[in-house]
Amino acid sequence: MITKLKFTTFVAAGAIALGAMASSASAESLTVVSWGGAYTKSQVEAYHKPFTKETGISILSENYSGGLAEVKAQVEAGSVKWDLIDLEMSDAVRGCDEGLFEQIDPAILPKGDDGTPAEKDFIDGSVTDCAVGTIVWSTIYAYDKGKFPGGGPKTMADFFNTKAFPGKRGMRKTPKANLEMALIADGVSNDKVYAMLETPAGVDRAFAKLDSIKDSVVWWEAGAQPPQLLADGEVAMTTAYNGRIFNAIAVESKAFEIVWDGQVYDLDLWAVPKGAPNKDTAMKFIAFSTDTKRLAAQAAWISYGPVRNSSIPLIGKHAEAGIEMGPHMPTAAANFKTAIQNDFEFWADRQDELNNRFNAWLSK
Amino acid sequence: MVGPYSLSYRGGEMSELLTTVDGRPLKEALANAERSKRIRAVLLVLPLFVFIFFSFLYPIALMLYRSVENPLIAEHMVETVAILENWDVKEVPSEEAFAALANDLVAARKTREIGKIATRLNFETPGLRSVITGTGRKAPRWGPPFKEQFIAYRSEWGELETWATLKRLSPTITTVNYLAAVDRKLNVEGNVVQIDENYQIYVDLFMRTAWMSILVTLACVILGFPIAYMLASLPLRQSNMLMILVLLPFWTSLLVRTTSWIVLLQTQGVLNDLMVWVGIINDAQRIQLIFNAQGTVIAMTQILLPFMVLPLYSVMKTIPPSYLRAAESLGAHRFLAFWRVYVPNTLPGVGAGCLLVFILAIGYYITPALVGGQDGQMISNMIAFHMQKSLNWGLAAALGGLLLLGVVLLYWVYNKLVGIDRLQMG
Repeated sequence: MITKLKFTTFVAAGAIALGAMASSASAESLTVVSWGGAYTKSQVEAYHKPFTKETGISILSENYSGGLAEVKAQVEAGSVKWDLIDLEMSDAVRGCDEGLFEQIDPAILPKGDDGTPAEKDFIDGSVTDCAVGTIVWSTIYAYDKGKFPGGGPKTMADFFNTKAFPGKRGMRKTPKANLEMALIADGVSNDKVYAMLETPAGVDRAFAKLDSIKDSVVWWEAGAQPPQLLADGEVAMTTAYNGRIFNAIAVESKAFEIVWDGQVYDLDLWAVPKGAPNKDTAMKFIAFSTDTKRLAAQAAWISYGPVRNSSIPLIGKHAEAGIEMGPHMPTAAANFKTAIQNDFEFWADRQDELNNRFNAWLSK
Repeated sequence: MVGPYSLSYRGGEMSELLTTVDGRPLKEALANAERSKRIRAVLLVLPLFVFIFFSFLYPIALMLYRSVENPLIAEHMVETVAILENWDVKEVPSEEAFAALANDLVAARKTREIGKIATRLNFETPGLRSVITGTGRKAPRWGPPFKEQFIAYRSEWGELETWATLKRLSPTITTVNYLAAVDRKLNVEGNVVQIDENYQIYVDLFMRTAWMSILVTLACVILGFPIAYMLASLPLRQSNMLMILVLLPFWTSLLVRTTSWIVLLQTQGVLNDLMVWVGIINDAQRIQLIFNAQGTVIAMTQILLPFMVLPLYSVMKTIPPSYLRAAESLGAHRFLAFWRVYVPNTLPGVGAGCLLVFILAIGYYITPALVGGQDGQMISNMIAFHMQKSLNWGLAAALGGLLLLGVVLLYWVYNKLVGIDRLQMG
């Protein structure tokens, strides 16, 4: 008995050790990296589970908080552990330029359910050399209704108006989206924002506007923080990713309200790090997850809009809360009126400079 | 044990060599024995040495090299670099340079190195990224003469600054990272100038890092000295009990201690709640105690305090109490005896503690990252930013190099003033 037990333990230990060594080379699993929280959950429900069911390939889900550092470190060290990564547009462009990602053949993308070829079905710019889009998400601001019994803020200018709407503000610790919002609040029209940010005077103007509320700002870094800051009462209003706030309202029944005015929307895309251990499976997963039905299914879990036109009519109710999802999408007509698209070319060019300025400004 | 030796005379002359029993010269035999001892000693420390070399010295050397290396442009823009070598930076170069650039960009696009080149140039002159990648996409379709087409596509090609940047980054060894690390850059004429005031950050940050580290060190001396004195003067049983109170936090995870401070000091935290409850402040007046420089200093002082207490304690333990009694019996007031006799004897401990705390403090990373907020960030957080976010590893390495230089200088000064051999760590 004891011998048998020992033997079993030995085999089990060996199997674990082998498994640990082989996991990166095995075709039976895929390491998918995303942003965590409600967003990763929506991907697990809409993509990962059906994929595993259909192919038997298990998916290991990891979290990160954006940026290319980890991918770059893995690719340069020649030990890539990630197979697939969910990225913002500007990182997808930059990583592709720097050769951090595998090229993706657009021919692997399936036709839309209504027969539209993939290249027409995806919205403009959502399929690049190295990345395939999945969702349209948005940076909005949201407030705690309890803090404003006499009526909450309505416009982007209200966010920067601490006299009429007192209380701390939460903002992401990056110039991206904040500078755009500052200019919109300062009265710049949507189509002029990026042209203005190209000029030193425009950048000065944006920073001057940020400066006016600097003492009231609590800076956040991970997407899960802003709903938490609101719930803890640390801030009265905060910028956030719209899906996170929706999740807090719909699933956690928080009394938050989203203000869509001046939302800055962006895409999230899949990319495969160069030299990924399971490159072929990753490509299969990309094709699987970006078909019409799967993209629409994700919208049942989080309020981010699918990038395929053919998916939009299929958007239904929230899978748990039973709320009709259509009106909560960043792209819904009522929300979209004053939206601006994040200009990834601008940010890919200017982010080093503006990050430096932002950091210098923060520390003063 | 060297082994049995006996001295014997061969012949009668005193000048004869001393030999061992088996006739070998004594000197040689001793040297042999010493050598094998030394080899054994070296073999014992060899694993440690190899470990330190690969895990400490080699990475540091690699990092310092990264702060000055710049092979990208020289390797992948060979023709352009060759032509720009003789360019006088007076006016935009001629067609010849544009043709070379077109060749280089097309080739770099094929090898997919163009993005790296674009990123490197963009660190130096913001906006060049899209100029390079965009031109790389277009250039294969262009034919000579190139100059007009380049400038028509992006006006940057008609600016001196663009070409000067290319020339500046041509050498394989560069100082631009170190200049950037002290808020300086080379202008078009090749002179070192300060960058725009709105973008200056590192010099201030180095000063702030030094200042906050000094504050932490002072606070540690002021708090640590009485603790160490008490520990050293109490009977052993009691002092051992109290020592646990010093060591327990020392053994507790850094993250746990830092987050405990957040729980205590945040605006909705324990201390503020208490003050509101007692009525010192009302609910709207909650004080911002953490997520700023002051919170960082408080948390870091608590975390680094054991590094002050332990060396102090070990030094104080060796000072005989009879010194003080002798001073008092010779007529010194208790305070005078303490100040003139006891304190000078503790100086090696104070020095060691200060050196230890200060060096640990200027490189501190996790605590300022978690509780630093806006004005409590230190230079290490900026290094992390350039490692993880902006991916400007050259600049991160240069900032790290300067920090290392600071520590080495401090060590040198300490050695000159106090002598490193007097360091007592306990």
